[in-house]
Amino acid sequence: MLSLERRGVDSRLMRYGSPVLALVLTVVTGFLVFLLLDRDPVEGLRYFFITPISDRHGWAELGLKMAPLLLCAAGLTVCYRAKLWNIGAEGHFLMGAVGASIVALQFSESTGFWVLPLVLLGGVVCGALWSMIAALLKTHFHCNEILTTIMLNYIALNLLLFAVHGPLKDPFGFSFPQSAMFADSALLPMLIPGTRLHIGLLFALLAAVAVGVIFSRTFIGFQLKVLGEDPQAAAFAGFPQKRLVWFAFLVAGGLAGLAGASEVTGPIGQLVPQVSPGYGYTAIIVVFLGRMQAVGIILGSALLALTFLGGEMMQIAMNLPKAMTGLFQGLLLFYLLTCDAFIHYRLRWNAKAAKPVAPASAANTTLAGQER
Amino acid sequence: MTAVARLTLENIVKQYPGCRANDGVDLVVNAGEIHALLGENGAGKSTLMKIIYGVIQPDEGTIYWEGKKLTLQGPAHARQLGIGMVFQHFSLFETLTVAENIALALPAAEARDRRALDERIREVSAHYGMALDPRRFVHTLSTGERQRVEIVRCLIQNSRLLILDEPTSVLTPQEVADLFSTLRQLASEGCSILFISHKLQEVRDLCHTATVLRHGKVTGACDPTIETTDAIARLMVGEGTPLSTDVPPADPGESLLQMHSLSFRSEDPFGTSLDRICLNLRAGEIVGIAGVAGNGQDELLRALSGEITVPAEHLTFQGTPVGNLGPDARRRQGMAVVPEDRLGRGAVPDLSLVDNTLLTASAQGMVQRGWVSYNKVRDYAQRIRERFQVKASGLDATARSLSGGNLQKFIIGREALQKPTLLVASHPTWGVDVGSAVAIHQVLVELRDQGAAVLLISEDLDELFQLCNRMGAICGGRLSPLLPTPSLTIEQLGQWMAGDFADSADAEVNHAVA
Repeated sequence: MLSLERRGVDSRLMRYGSPVLALVLTVVTGFLVFLLLDRDPVEGLRYFFITPISDRHGWAELGLKMAPLLLCAAGLTVCYRAKLWNIGAEGHFLMGAVGASIVALQFSESTGFWVLPLVLLGGVVCGALWSMIAALLKTHFHCNEILTTIMLNYIALNLLLFAVHGPLKDPFGFSFPQSAMFADSALLPMLIPGTRLHIGLLFALLAAVAVGVIFSRTFIGFQLKVLGEDPQAAAFAGFPQKRLVWFAFLVAGGLAGLAGASEVTGPIGQLVPQVSPGYGYTAIIVVFLGRMQAVGIILGSALLALTFLGGEMMQIAMNLPKAMTGLFQGLLLFYLLTCDAFIHYRLRWNAKAAKPVAPASAANTTLAGQER
Repeated sequence: MTAVARLTLENIVKQYPGCRANDGVDLVVNAGEIHALLGENGAGKSTLMKIIYGVIQPDEGTIYWEGKKLTLQGPAHARQLGIGMVFQHFSLFETLTVAENIALALPAAEARDRRALDERIREVSAHYGMALDPRRFVHTLSTGERQRVEIVRCLIQNSRLLILDEPTSVLTPQEVADLFSTLRQLASEGCSILFISHKLQEVRDLCHTATVLRHGKVTGACDPTIETTDAIARLMVGEGTPLSTDVPPADPGESLLQMHSLSFRSEDPFGTSLDRICLNLRAGEIVGIAGVAGNGQDELLRALSGEITVPAEHLTFQGTPVGNLGPDARRRQGMAVVPEDRLGRGAVPDLSLVDNTLLTASAQGMVQRGWVSYNKVRDYAQRIRERFQVKASGLDATARSLSGGNLQKFIIGREALQKPTLLVASHPTWGVDVGSAVAIHQVLVELRDQGAAVLLISEDLDELFQLCNRMGAICGGRLSPLLPTPSLTIEQLGQWMAGDFADSADAEVNHAVA
């Protein structure tokens, strides 16, 4: 008989092995999907995972997609460590893009070096302000942040559509729903000449490292961790719970806003309705895949960036729909959540076999719990 | 007594992941016998009860019910056989009446005839001296009355073995006396009773035989009417553990903490509102507050810790109003609190001891400009561990991995090492092994002797009488007068616990005048 049994102690191996196992299972399933579609699975997987990064240009494109994912993921990490389930990175991102565009379009004639920082700041502030709505609803009205942030995403999307159809529409743009192109002074400098990779990637790496430092060295990081692990203990210790919630949301909103700003001032150069292919949502997978650790989310964002490139490659090389991106992302998250169960549980074949006896201290606590 | 034992357990083994809760337990309960099952928290008593009541299945071993071998299918099967259980935490629906709650446990045919059921409830409760009105709603009943509902529910099903899991922990001394006379009457009519407890005096008063468990094994059986409490305690804790602390007399100094008519309206429908609590706590004394669980102890602790804030001047500490300050600000002034929930409030279960040190000791120079010096935190954690002999696999062990006693030593140590001027401790030795309990009592007495004021909120009357120089009781959010321990009788305290006292506000004034 097969049964799941609670482990005495969580498995460290599975905590970090689970993403790897999930990736392997995703690839195996992908293999089967290609077989079912009557395509050569080896070729399909190669086009999805390897061809996109087989040259310098490919790596630059990978970095380009990584930047917004990693920025959003870094912010979400701060929330998720505190168990604040902010699903609103997409909305923060879109509002950041709108905010940056508003500022950029004010200075379409200016050439000063200060234009770009101002534009990016516009994105950060707009993203942060947007996240504040959810923070306020949570701290003052006890609204569930999962619901409010999802709903705010739709509102943000419609505000973006309103902006490109109305106030921000390019007057000389033949009525296309998009803004005018930004001035060069409002565009991000390139990181590698000849490619589209801009310095947004540096912001993202910096943000990931900063988040790592917050949680390993600072008191506010510790307080967020306690708030997530055990809100009662946080209250007992006297941590400022509302302020911590606001901090986490503002960081998430600001970083996602910066990601949105980096997209419009980077590869796009104007505000368009389809500014995000779902970076804010994909970033959620990145955070879980990356175990809410700095190094983890950097690797995770690279992998998820690859799924975007792979999906595009599927369209070009194999004539398969772009939905392959969503398929692989979904598989990855599904397997990850499944594998994560084995951090706390183990599979056992026979419920009657003898079990090893754990250290006495662990035994005492388990029993004390049961006595209660 | 019949020749065949009512219940016989042979070599019961139950293995949980990581621990062997029952390891070859043998037990024989005869008809009409009140049998005590003794053991510390974690000894495996509850597991054994659940096996007898069919909640869980043993991995090995055999159960004989009146001589016949038996495999229990579940609690319904056990009830059908005549095994009834009264859990420590009642399983009653507060929004239903007494009769409805009882009907829920009966077969449909019997439950349907309400009028007959009401009659039977009245009959049974009157017969055993446990007055109960079947039409009353459970939420209007006191804890003692709720327990009666549970017992009557078992009796109506003609239980021939009644299991009571720590039944006295929620009762006042008078209610305990009433319960005992009911149980004696039941036993004399042939019902067997399995009485789980760790209160030795009660067991000596009530039970005919006792079986002692330690670490899942039977360590002894004795006749509690003959053995001394110390001898039974030895069986429970093993050799080499001190059984009690010597408490030298206290020498109270100036007044440190005052509650001036402190009130708090609980928004939780199941919480208790605090009603004009007045208390004057002096340096160098331990003041005890007894009470039945759920009478405002938790709210009082939260009002003292700062988790609940009140108007500033309702609480003064060293002459300064502090009622409106949060926990952090109060801790900086020297007020330390040890809550009753060790895991999940006093310590974060899945964080290490190092992190749990930082939880409340951060003001001890561990944080500078928002940066944590983990070296300092580690040193501090190590000092707690050495000074208070906390047994753990290391400083990186999670709080969850420590035994109750060791975790409690860690938490008390963490607060004591910060040299507080006031320590409020709630149920500090609840579920703690005797060795750790003695160590914890020593820490409290040491703090007192160093000039700190200690407020001890506890349900354990022995502990209170041993440590406190003044004590009172809390009931329904009101505080009784406080009397010096030597002049306070247990009967008087019992009446206070049941709410039989004039308002503390007036009493405190009288006390101050006197």
